[in-house]
Amino acid sequence: MLGIISNLITQTLGYSSTLLFGSTGEIITEKSGNLNLGTPGIMSLGGVFGVIGAYYYTTFVSNFNPLVSIIVTLLATIIGSLLTTLIYCFLTITLRANQNVTGLALTTFGVGLANFLGGIINNKAEGSSGVSAFPPIAMAYQTKLPFADNLGFIGKAFLSSGFMTYLAIIIAIITAIVIKRTRIGLNLRAVGENPATADAAGINVNRYKYVATCLGGVISGLGGLHLVMQYLSGGWNKSAVEQFGWLSVALVIFAVWRPLLSILGSVLFGALYVIPFSIPNLAPKNQQLLELLPYVVTIIVLAISSMRKKRETQPPESLGTTYFREER
Amino acid sequence: MSKNSSNTVKEPLIHFTKRDDITGIKSVLVHGIGLLAGLIVCAVFIMLVTGLSPIEVYVKMFQGTFGGDVTRLKALHHTAILLAISLAVTPAFKMKFWNIGAEGQVLIGALAAAFCMLEYGNTLQEPVLLLVMFLTSMLAGIIWAIIPAIFKALWNTNETLFTLMMNYVATTLVGYFIMVKDRSGRSDLGILNERTGYGYLPKLFGQDYYLNISIVIFITILVFIYLKYSKQGYEISVVGESQNTAKYIGINVKKVIIRTMAISGAICGITGLLLVAGSPTPSINESIVGGQGFTAILVSWMAKFNPIIMIFVSALVVFLGDGGASATDALKIDSSVGEVLTAIIIFFIIGCEFFIRYKVSFRKRQKGDK
Amino acid sequence: MNSSAAIELKNITKTFGSVIANKNVSLTVNKGEILSILGENGSGKTTLMNMISGIYYPDDGQIFIDGKEVVISSPRDAFDYKIGMIHQHFKLVDVFTATENIILGHEDKQNYNSKKATQKVKEICDMYGFEIDPTKKIYNMAVSEKQTVEIIKVLYRGADILILDEPTAVLTPQETEKLFNILRKMRDLGKAIIIITHKLNEVLELSDKVAVLRKGEYIGTVNTAETNESELTEMMVGKKISLNIERSVPVDPQDRLIVENIDCKNREGVKLLDNVSFTARSGEILGIAGIAGSGQRELLEAIAGLQHLETGKILYNNPKTGEVDDLKDKTPMQIRELGVRLSFVPEDRLGMGLVGNMDIAENMMLRSYRKGKSIFLERKSPRDLAEHIIEDLEVITPGVTTPVRRLSGGNIQKVLVGREISSAPTVLMAAYPVRGLDINSSYTIYNLLNGQKEKGVAVIFVGEDLDVLTELCDRIMVICGGKVTGIVDGRTTSKEEIGLLMTNSRGGENNEQK
Repeated sequence: MLGIISNLITQTLGYSSTLLFGSTGEIITEKSGNLNLGTPGIMSLGGVFGVIGAYYYTTFVSNFNPLVSIIVTLLATIIGSLLTTLIYCFLTITLRANQNVTGLALTTFGVGLANFLGGIINNKAEGSSGVSAFPPIAMAYQTKLPFADNLGFIGKAFLSSGFMTYLAIIIAIITAIVIKRTRIGLNLRAVGENPATADAAGINVNRYKYVATCLGGVISGLGGLHLVMQYLSGGWNKSAVEQFGWLSVALVIFAVWRPLLSILGSVLFGALYVIPFSIPNLAPKNQQLLELLPYVVTIIVLAISSMRKKRETQPPESLGTTYFREER
Repeated sequence: MSKNSSNTVKEPLIHFTKRDDITGIKSVLVHGIGLLAGLIVCAVFIMLVTGLSPIEVYVKMFQGTFGGDVTRLKALHHTAILLAISLAVTPAFKMKFWNIGAEGQVLIGALAAAFCMLEYGNTLQEPVLLLVMFLTSMLAGIIWAIIPAIFKALWNTNETLFTLMMNYVATTLVGYFIMVKDRSGRSDLGILNERTGYGYLPKLFGQDYYLNISIVIFITILVFIYLKYSKQGYEISVVGESQNTAKYIGINVKKVIIRTMAISGAICGITGLLLVAGSPTPSINESIVGGQGFTAILVSWMAKFNPIIMIFVSALVVFLGDGGASATDALKIDSSVGEVLTAIIIFFIIGCEFFIRYKVSFRKRQKGDK
Repeated sequence: MNSSAAIELKNITKTFGSVIANKNVSLTVNKGEILSILGENGSGKTTLMNMISGIYYPDDGQIFIDGKEVVISSPRDAFDYKIGMIHQHFKLVDVFTATENIILGHEDKQNYNSKKATQKVKEICDMYGFEIDPTKKIYNMAVSEKQTVEIIKVLYRGADILILDEPTAVLTPQETEKLFNILRKMRDLGKAIIIITHKLNEVLELSDKVAVLRKGEYIGTVNTAETNESELTEMMVGKKISLNIERSVPVDPQDRLIVENIDCKNREGVKLLDNVSFTARSGEILGIAGIAGSGQRELLEAIAGLQHLETGKILYNNPKTGEVDDLKDKTPMQIRELGVRLSFVPEDRLGMGLVGNMDIAENMMLRSYRKGKSIFLERKSPRDLAEHIIEDLEVITPGVTTPVRRLSGGNIQKVLVGREISSAPTVLMAAYPVRGLDINSSYTIYNLLNGQKEKGVAVIFVGEDLDVLTELCDRIMVICGGKVTGIVDGRTTSKEEIGLLMTNSRGGENNEQK
């Protein structure tokens, strides 16, 4: 019984980390006043670039080294998601395009391109049909902490995930500290709340927006990579990455723009996602019905937080608007 | 530049200033250049992945869509469906209500139609059945649309995420429906009422899809007139421009939000019906809308909310989507290329709008030159 | 070049689209000197200062600091040259504390909430006698506190050149005096101070030199000691104009609108209107004076049916039917259906009164589109009305189909007021109807209001310029903190009396003189 529970927790943490990467990235982005609806696209491309990295590593390097394989795939994901986010930044920050439209277009672009590139890799790796996979690399990602098995239930439940899970939590905590406690965080918040004020105070608004959005995009992209490595054995299929991207965006509201709450939120969402598959003897149709839970919960949270309007739980004031200094 | 005598003088290299919006021919020209640049990048993209020359690419794309007799009807039908969804989201967008839930609203309309076909197919007379299907689809779309609208109106709940989540609720419900109805265990209902033909929309002039296309043409005209000439259309514009102004002149903003979303939902619901019952081989599955709910938002935006321009934009997007797929079919990859191409085009179109609103000036010559 | 010149501008030019905001402006400020920049609304004062502080970038011209030519292309550059600007619309982040706002963007290496920062803030406060709570959030602050934070912010960065944009617009006379003392102290410490204003008395009281702008052009600089009000006015508006506004004696005034004990709260439960009672009479202009944000907007919106009221009555005497209706908590539509002919020129012209992206005819339709049973719009009569207003009020526009946001401020206001009086109102409310308008347009508006008064309309005029209020209005109601502190006779009162009532938060008595 304990084994089932610890297994359940580990699984939950697995899905949670994808959501946590996604939502932490989006929080950083939104703190700068950019509502990036392109996150699902960025996460998809982040994932597929990891797969591309995996493909080229296994194709061109003969002796496999887990650590190198991780570095190669991480780098590929970072570069892929950075380039994608730059499209959004250039359009919305430099060219002041509408953020909603740009974001949606980016998601269309990212998901489309990810499926396309993923398809090419699949063809190359496996011939005309079938899905490619790179299990050794995925295994490297899923390596448990060395001491996990010695720590009983705690170890099995909480310390048996791959390093990406803990990376997600660490990034969320660092983000929380930077936003709350440092001068950079203060400046970033000022940019998101009131860019004209930040500008008049000598803060380079566009630079902050670029850096925060790109950083946010890269972190979100890692979420895509994690999902690919954890659940798709390092391969690509038309997967749930897009769906996780949208849930991440919703999670930001759930967490009222606080990375620490986002950790809790992502665990909750992860659990809701895992539960339907974990109840024994559940008819598939009822399992399908339970899959509604994360979405319904999001809707309820959304509705409730909008009903009680607290000053501290409102979005950054300039969210979704573009800034032009010489606006009159 | 290096000859600049005083090193404290460092003028910005590029400088943007706001200007009165460009209008008329110039604006068309800017958009034209943006579109052209986008098409060139699209061609380069396909060249890279297929090795075809740009001309070949576009010839192939044309042949795959509006070029051949068989493909043309399909492409026209695709255009009609995309146009219908674009028209559906337009009134809400004009009101600055970010409904990205058209996907779910269409899907739930499709589900309603499929439900009626299977449940009442052999109990109701054909004309009654069609009427019931029409009403339930429309009603389903309306319900899916006004739930977020009511929350938006009463508590200003973020409609973007609300409508988005409603998409997934709809998707899951369709999955559930299929599992409940399916006895084969394949999670696939196949062609609905294949033997009986109950609930199939009649064929106009004996042709597949003609009825669908006619209905969409009719909706286009209605939406155009509604937005441009009706009092309600005017109210939508006022609410979209400024809610304060709307309140000031006594418009009930809440009512307008809910009413407008009901219209959006109704059109989406009907589109769902067309997708299922208007097809010669009606079927229902989670991906029947195929992301067109999202694409429609981009179409509506690119057309500047104008239903007539929307016809051409929809056709362009279908040309890119279906054409892109057929130009790359040798690669044996699914149709994702179309989405990429559509997105590239919209990146260029929204990018070029910057040059309509702003003036770019480069570093002036040195002082004293003048 | 004068060695003590802190900042010197030469031939600065700046255009926005087709609007020339500044044309060949040159001026100099010395250290230890207060320069007033005087000019009407829209004369380009703020634009000019925004170029010094790096918000705008000039199209042409040179800026010298301490005799050296500099380029200021961003606010950061301005700080590096020790220039600090206190904007009219405060540049503060609402959800931050005072300290957080003060240190924002200032790069010293310490941790941002370190004691050092707080200590430095305290030192500045002691030096000039400021009183603020450094941990208070901005959204909990009164306007004068916010201004203090702005000033400390600039001093914290060690600014030597201070620019203040209309600093007294939101202050009471007493607070203004306090601010002036602080500014004098700064001057004595060798700082160069530029203050933007359009109030002549302040110019004369405070500054050493006055630079005058008119319609974006630099007119000249004079020493304050060697000038007087009429000379400055002439420089400012170009030609000598009579400041007198015609004021006729009300004919047969009747109680048209009786407001009794109304209360209004905002979302946080703070009272914005507190037991307000007054009567507006036909054929009379009732002025409303008060510091900005004392409840003026809420009061007018309550009458127009846009604010929810806790208690009280708003009674309307219908001159046609003789019936009395209570307008409290009625929607604008219900008010209209009662046959109440209420017109309202709101403060926010493009955000409330008009739709900027619609043309003049479509804006006329805002009030009339519901007429008739058809579900379709009738476009002919609004178009006629638009053409009629363009002709009557001399609105300068390329055509009826030009979006109103492209018009100048004065013309926008003419369109709005024209529409509101076209419906033959019995009550006309106007909130700051001349704000941002040049003298000529302002007088057009005064004349229109007077014309309505003579037609027997009950006019309610919310104003900020006490000179105008005392010359235009028959009676003036003063409010402070949502309370009526007095209703005085416009013909016998003085600015000092009104000024005192504006700051008397305890008041509430009705010292109306018959």
